[in-house]
Amino acid sequence: MALIDLNKKEVHCKIVYYGPGRCGKTTNLLHIYATMNEQHRGKMLTIDTKGDRTLFFDLLPLNLGKISGFDIRIQLYTVPGQVMYEATRKLVLKGVDGLVFVADPLRVRQARNIESLEGLRQNLLEMHLNLDAMPVVLQYNKRDLVDTPIPTLTVAELDQDLNQTLKVPTFEAVATTGLGVFETLKEISKRTVTNVANKHLLSGRKP
Amino acid sequence: MADLVLTAEIQNKANELIENSLVKAGVATVLLIDGAGNVLANCGARGAEIDAISLAALAAASRGATAQIAKLIGEEDFSLLFHKGKNGNIHFGRLGSDLILVTIFTDEVSLGLVRCRVAELTQPILDIFEA
Repeated sequence: MALIDLNKKEVHCKIVYYGPGRCGKTTNLLHIYATMNEQHRGKMLTIDTKGDRTLFFDLLPLNLGKISGFDIRIQLYTVPGQVMYEATRKLVLKGVDGLVFVADPLRVRQARNIESLEGLRQNLLEMHLNLDAMPVVLQYNKRDLVDTPIPTLTVAELDQDLNQTLKVPTFEAVATTGLGVFETLKEISKRTVTNVANKHLLSGRKP
Repeated sequence: MADLVLTAEIQNKANELIENSLVKAGVATVLLIDGAGNVLANCGARGAEIDAISLAALAAASRGATAQIAKLIGEEDFSLLFHKGKNGNIHFGRLGSDLILVTIFTDEVSLGLVRCRVAELTQPILDIFEA
């Protein structure tokens, strides 16, 4: 749920990076944190991790300029990807305004991607939200593995598995180097803020 | 969970209630947040010093996690969520289904007083947000 603060003229939106374990959700946030100017980002919060796995969530607050005189403040969250942390994922999804689904291109993880996306759909349904009606983008991460002997899925296969119903923009990415990270962020921010602005800030205006 | 539009009137009323109750009782900081981790009000002399965004996100997650733990042992929810530190303490109070009042205070203020004030504030704050 977005928060529109008419007093401070701020709009707060929550964007969640979702996907199977080890697909690179936290790596996306780390790259954004390392690259963005301090003026436009807050402190990155990472909760207790065991090894390199997220146990609860990561949070990165961003300031994305103004729309109609309102400061746009976005909070990026990640969820733990491992199957056993379903309850935690539901907690982090509470009040979500936009979603990035990060897919793992490893062929051995094909079923995990599909299972994770289906889990997301179910978790949202429990909150009376419809994945097909929400601002969503897909990120096909780790595309640098395509040129290695490791068996990977093609973009067409990933589209077939994940984007047949959704039909949302997709981005090829290598989060470890930053390739595609900001393109993904830009698109989901635009979609999320437009969705909130259309509902609350622009509804009374003449075209 | 619908989007929340926070007007100056709502914010002023909520701030006034919190200032006249908990802050007057001597607590350091009070954050009124929602279940998604948004900060709706930030009161108290030390309110500006803390990282309210991180605290709100963690408090919302902690409150949500505690409610889930309660369900796992057959309780609907726990009535008290409180952490005691060496110098500072923190109390999390649930207001209705979506709001959380986070109170930070030293040992100079008793936990009982904080709990009483939070209980007194619950309905008036809910009335403001439901009006």
